[in-house]
Amino acid sequence: MDFTNYNNRNVSSDYKYIEIDETPILWQDRLKRVISRTLKGELFVGLWVVFREMITRGNSHTIMYPLEKLPVSPRYRALHEIKRLVESGNQACIGCGLCEKICISDCIQIDTKYGNKGRRTVRGYTINLGRCIYCGYCAEVCPELAITHGQDYENISEQRAHFTSMAELVTPMDIFKSGKQVPYPGFGALSDNADDNVKKTPLAY
Amino acid sequence: MESSYIIETIIKIIVILTVFSALAGFTTYIERKILAFMQRRLGPMHVGPFGVLQVLADGIKLFTKEDIVPQNAVKPIFLIAPVIAASSAFIAMSAVPFFPEFTIPFTDYTVRPIVADVNVGILFVLGVMATGMYAPLLAGMASNNKWALLGAARTVIQLLSFEIISGLALIAPLMIVGSLSLIDINNYQEGYWIVVFQPVAFILYMIAGFAETNRTPFDLLEHEAEIITGFATEYSGIRWGLFAIGEYANMFTVAFVASLVFLGGFNSFFFIPGAIMIMLKVSALIFFFLWTRAAWPHVRPDQLMWLCWKVLMPLGLINILITGLVLI
Repeated sequence: MDFTNYNNRNVSSDYKYIEIDETPILWQDRLKRVISRTLKGELFVGLWVVFREMITRGNSHTIMYPLEKLPVSPRYRALHEIKRLVESGNQACIGCGLCEKICISDCIQIDTKYGNKGRRTVRGYTINLGRCIYCGYCAEVCPELAITHGQDYENISEQRAHFTSMAELVTPMDIFKSGKQVPYPGFGALSDNADDNVKKTPLAY
Repeated sequence: MESSYIIETIIKIIVILTVFSALAGFTTYIERKILAFMQRRLGPMHVGPFGVLQVLADGIKLFTKEDIVPQNAVKPIFLIAPVIAASSAFIAMSAVPFFPEFTIPFTDYTVRPIVADVNVGILFVLGVMATGMYAPLLAGMASNNKWALLGAARTVIQLLSFEIISGLALIAPLMIVGSLSLIDINNYQEGYWIVVFQPVAFILYMIAGFAETNRTPFDLLEHEAEIITGFATEYSGIRWGLFAIGEYANMFTVAFVASLVFLGGFNSFFFIPGAIMIMLKVSALIFFFLWTRAAWPHVRPDQLMWLCWKVLMPLGLINILITGLVLI
């Protein structure tokens, strides 16, 4: 295998190299350098640059954080969400326990039982958010795309106990009913044109 | 001595103390705002409209913080050093005439806005400002901290050498005027400003002023990247605040002296009255102090010494020589 492209760190072809003069050794040359540096007016160029930025309006980079927020990438792994099934409104979780198995920080606990139709249902599900490292393995392994990572990164509390409660991570019923539950757009999700790609299963080969 | 004179002097002292303490605090706000705009930020925004009351919040914080004296520090010297910084800065102001004489409205009482009109005013100001050097020196040596000790060492090399530059720079205009009184120097410039005759001396004095107030191109005493905060590393709360007030008060003194000696002082300029004129000049100089902080990098201590002894001191001496030849 050819590694040339991997080893080439010059991402752009128009890289600019700064030419650095050699340090003068003779005292005449040093004096020349001192005089040129003194009279070049580089200090005033610096003064003008900052003054220009000061008098230019609306070039501030500051984001007034609690009032303004930067958009979060759809693949950002923040607080978990547990989705509901679109058809029935039930929790999408089938209680397979894969997320508990794969969790490398051991923070997911899932308790299941057999329900009335012999289906496995979830009795209790907790994520210790204080331990969670937000690696995203649980979301990746979930066969039903039930547990996903949301965009809500402002989870702070004074109580450690608050970091284990999972009841609020399930999509609330009112939000679900108003159709605001956003399906997980990250890895494993259906693509936008998934319907177009569906082909009829041939009955005979 | 008349009792009215004593009362007047006390009132003047109180006014100067309060006004310049408040100005020192307000300048920190202005500095943060100007630096922020120059660096494309917003600066303090949340306390009060546009963050104006940030100074108040900072004051409350400084006054209520714990006053820590580190273990093995020399306690009396450690405690007295910030007081030297602030008091020397304010004592230096006592010989500075801030405004022209004015009469209190509806009375015929004339006020001279100078606490003590000593006839060697400029010498007194320079001397007391030089005494302020003891503050960082003693603070650094008493702190029992290696960064503070390095800051104290830098205090000596920087402030002591640049006292010579500021002295040499001021000798040339003093030779022209022939008086050490700041009021005489000011009155001399009713026609032309001295900076017209002495541009080199003005530049030298400004450079020395930056070094003595340890403002940015020369703030080696508290160079954050190298020696934490230098001499003030171990200080907290209001004692640190006294150092800050001293620094800003010194900035104002240097700005006032520069405008009085070189930029025409409080003489009226065409139709602009003298009081407005000196406020404009001082504000411009203070803005320049803040402007350079955003624009220029620090220098190394060896570069500072090189600049002081190999460039500025010969320049100052040549300037004095040429001035003397011209005067003869």
